[in-house]
Amino acid sequence: MSYQIVVCGSIVPDPLQTLEPVAGPALKNEMMLPSVLDPWAWHSLFEAAHLAKNVAGSKVYLVSVAPKAKLQQVMMTVGQKAPFELIAVDGPASGFTDAAEIAPLLADAIKSIPGLDQSKLLVFGGWESASRGAGSTMQIVGELLGIVNQFQGVDKLTVGADGSFEILERIEGGKHQVSKCAGAPAVLGWATGSLPEPPNNPQIGMQNMRAIMPALQKAKPTKVATDAVKFASVALPKQQRQTKIVKDMPADEIAKEIVAWIQE
Amino acid sequence: MTTTLEKPIESLRTLPGDDVRAILWRFADRYDLQMLVQSARGVARGPVARLVAEGERLSHDWTARKNELLKAYDDAGLTSAFMGPEHGGYLDGPKNLVHALIVFELSWVDAGAATGCMAGDLALAPIHERGTQAQRDFYMSHACPKPGEKTWRGAFALTEPLPYVGVETGLLNGKVRIAEWKDGQEPLLQVDKRGRFITNMGYANFVTAAVDTADPKIKSSCMIILHEDDPGTWDRGTPTKKLVHQLSSTTDPVLSLKVPASRIIGGYTIKDGVIIPNYSHGEVIEAVFRRTRVTVGLMTAAKLLSAVEPVIRYQRGRFRGGETAQPGSPRYDLGLQTKEDVLHRLTDIWATGEAAASLGFYTARLFDEIDPLERQRDASFRERKLTGRAALKETQRLEALAMAGKDGADPLVKFVKLDSLGNVFCPATKLWNTGHGANTMREAVSLMGGYGITEDCPGFLGHKWMDAQLEATYEGPEAVQRRQLSITMTNELFLAQFKDWIPGMRAIASSHPGTGACTLATAMQMWLWTLRHLQEAKDADGAKLYTSNRQGVTFPLADALCWLLAARQFILDTLELERKGPENPTVAEGLAGTLQFYMDLCHVQSARAAGEVGRICAELVFGYNRHPAWTAESCSACYLSDDLDALEGLIPGIASSARAYTDVTEPGQEHADKAGPCVCFENMEAFTKMRMRMDGCLTGARLAKDRAAESLQKVMIPEALDYPL
Ligand SMILES: Cc1cc2nc3c(=O)[nH]c(=O)nc-3n(C[C@H](O)[C@H](O)[C@H](O)COP(=O)(O)OP(=O)(O)OC[C@H]3O[C@@H](n4cnc5c(N)ncnc54)[C@H](O)[C@@H]3O)c2cc1C
Repeated sequence: MSYQIVVCGSIVPDPLQTLEPVAGPALKNEMMLPSVLDPWAWHSLFEAAHLAKNVAGSKVYLVSVAPKAKLQQVMMTVGQKAPFELIAVDGPASGFTDAAEIAPLLADAIKSIPGLDQSKLLVFGGWESASRGAGSTMQIVGELLGIVNQFQGVDKLTVGADGSFEILERIEGGKHQVSKCAGAPAVLGWATGSLPEPPNNPQIGMQNMRAIMPALQKAKPTKVATDAVKFASVALPKQQRQTKIVKDMPADEIAKEIVAWIQE
Repeated sequence: MTTTLEKPIESLRTLPGDDVRAILWRFADRYDLQMLVQSARGVARGPVARLVAEGERLSHDWTARKNELLKAYDDAGLTSAFMGPEHGGYLDGPKNLVHALIVFELSWVDAGAATGCMAGDLALAPIHERGTQAQRDFYMSHACPKPGEKTWRGAFALTEPLPYVGVETGLLNGKVRIAEWKDGQEPLLQVDKRGRFITNMGYANFVTAAVDTADPKIKSSCMIILHEDDPGTWDRGTPTKKLVHQLSSTTDPVLSLKVPASRIIGGYTIKDGVIIPNYSHGEVIEAVFRRTRVTVGLMTAAKLLSAVEPVIRYQRGRFRGGETAQPGSPRYDLGLQTKEDVLHRLTDIWATGEAAASLGFYTARLFDEIDPLERQRDASFRERKLTGRAALKETQRLEALAMAGKDGADPLVKFVKLDSLGNVFCPATKLWNTGHGANTMREAVSLMGGYGITEDCPGFLGHKWMDAQLEATYEGPEAVQRRQLSITMTNELFLAQFKDWIPGMRAIASSHPGTGACTLATAMQMWLWTLRHLQEAKDADGAKLYTSNRQGVTFPLADALCWLLAARQFILDTLELERKGPENPTVAEGLAGTLQFYMDLCHVQSARAAGEVGRICAELVFGYNRHPAWTAESCSACYLSDDLDALEGLIPGIASSARAYTDVTEPGQEHADKAGPCVCFENMEAFTKMRMRMDGCLTGARLAKDRAAESLQKVMIPEALDYPL
């Protein structure tokens, strides 16, 4: 048994950077600042690469709707992490696009993969995103592809000897729900998984880039109709800092005060 | 006087990102290099930064934790970046820009790590540049990390315990003699070498050592390869108690080993029972250092640019949390940045860092261009059996063709042309970037106040300052670079190209007046005039000025040239950004502001360079003449103030203007109160005119600085540094 693992992942601005809202659905400086692969998609990519490495004959695809130039920049790092094939769609990646608009683009891109075999298909992605945490994109993609076995907040996937899956999904209270499923096709929206970030490997990168650059070049530009969604206002979250300077206060009392503050 | 109406000025919105850098340093079309940058950055801002933050620099020893860095370099492809695909590497072609980029990224966090990462390549460089094919194949492949195989690590041993090799590389005490030479067999050599300050020595498996002959049966000095398992003594020595670059291993080894003659780098021939090494140690070292020194220059450049973000963050946050700085107030938002001086100083640091990077990366690219041509030259000379005098003659012939602008397409002519540049740009990069860079790094430290000289300083600026002194020292201290420049910068082929750059700068000035290119052109003219003058002139005692032992003349002039080259390269890179920026959507957004800022920085740098050149040239041009004294003759040439007053009636204004231009003896004085009559040397009008003109050229430079400073107040920076503190 081998898999076709399709990772859906877009890019987000480096979370360390400050972005100021401008009037309308956009953020100032978004294009100028460094971007990274969406952290949840990032984890799912590592999981996909890990699975593909352990199941001979498997292949990883990364499907991404993002501004082409930014995506290319991000590929300089992501492209070194693991072997995969990129399918790029040139479109917006900001938090102002709606899941209902992005999901069909992703589903269409997945359907366009030559030799796609539904019986081998695993669609991976983040269970939410750093730019837009609606948590619905992967579900819609699954529905559009007719994949009914869907798992969200996944932290672990174990493939049994018979090809069946055991999946750990996050639930409340720091616990996991264990699910079983007969096998592919399935949609897995990953939480953080458990794998460390693989080191950069320019050698893998250069192999990947041979296909990534042409894929970027032929990425089709798409417009996302933002008319359907209206943004009434956009604001930067206020930074809060409450500092109190105390002198000679016993640790017990400090602790009490902190507890009281937390309970407030 | 005309005035121009200024358009609304765009200012810098964010710190320049990778896309801007890739355009400036011309690797926007090389994704292999862009990936390498990311890979090196991952190591720098990950494992390297963690070690520094956790205090691993505080020990001289090569600890287990420091040793883990070697694996990190290997895993990230930094070690194998030097090897061609034929030796297990993944990048084809010359590696100068490759090295430059790796070093830049590592030094952004810690230059000692960069040294450790690159020292292996320094050890391999003699073999890579001058080794036989068999030597190249063996050592390059063994040093290329491969799964399941031991990676060979090398050290380069030239420097010796006092009083031997240091700046003077000819004073070799390391010796090679014949240990055993059986008929028809390969000679066995006894090598004795003590090293001082040898990088990588804590773990090296092989050493490329410079040794002199101590045997009549060996014709000359050579470089030779030693292995840790060769018979004899392989004593790594004690760790050097250095204060800098603590993430590299440095010791004083004692090596006394028997090795086969095939280890002589570049091979040898035997004539009349005497071993003749194909290359003396000097020839090998020259080929090595002219490449590796460039990367050292980039270490300091990276550190200067790395200082910008932490300094801005420190300045802005300086007063937050205090009672007097309420959110929304300038004191809260801008902190120290309400003070002009800190902004101006940071502007200088940034401009220096950019100019240093522009200079260094240009030089790296230049050597990438020279490398294949040099191999063609070597092959052609070998084929035609041109060595020694014959080779020199042929080079001179090629240089003459290049001067005449003939046969430009001939690779050998192209080689001599570029080589004449390489011979100047390499020492210029090493000298200016590390020397002036170290001074400027001190400025960066000072902007952090007391924090700057603590281990906690964000961006490790204190370490970086101290480290810069090593960068200025190893692989040839400043004196070596100045000495080399004082020779290579007088090469006529270089000077002809330099002369052509002057109208080039004027043309840029005409389309881009805000870059300071005009100021720079005038300063370049002045430098050239001064060199030509000094080459002919004599001092007050009739001694020649421009000679190799008058370092007081040649060295400052070499310094002055570096200022010009760096500022010019910076302008050229900025124009490249203007040309290519619009093609890249991520750069295009905000490009107007980025460009305005960069042009202002260019202007600041050019003005500063012109100031340095003017100061140095004036001192050299006038300083070697004896000041005229008050003799009877000279006194009679002065106006008497009474005479002037009498003339005032006939020529109104003469009394005041004469006092401004010449010596006037006031009543009761023998002569004016000064060292002697005003100096008026013949044939100096050209120089004084140029100086006046250059002062005028500074017009607008301070406005540019003010604008750049304002950008520093406005530019957005990340919330936190992307590597640990
Ligand atoms: C941490 C560290 C790592 C190093 N790694 C290596 C290595 O891996 N391999 C290696 O071979 N070496 C290495 N070195 C040695 C380094 O290259 C030398 O220290 C350097 O070349 C200077 O030599 P010196 O210390 O003997 O200085 P000296 O020769 O004593 O020079 C001292 C100063 O005297 C002046 N001076 C000397 N000669 C002249 C002259 N002719 N004209 C004008 N001024 C002059 C200059 O101002 C010079 O800076 C390392 C050094 C350090 C500190």
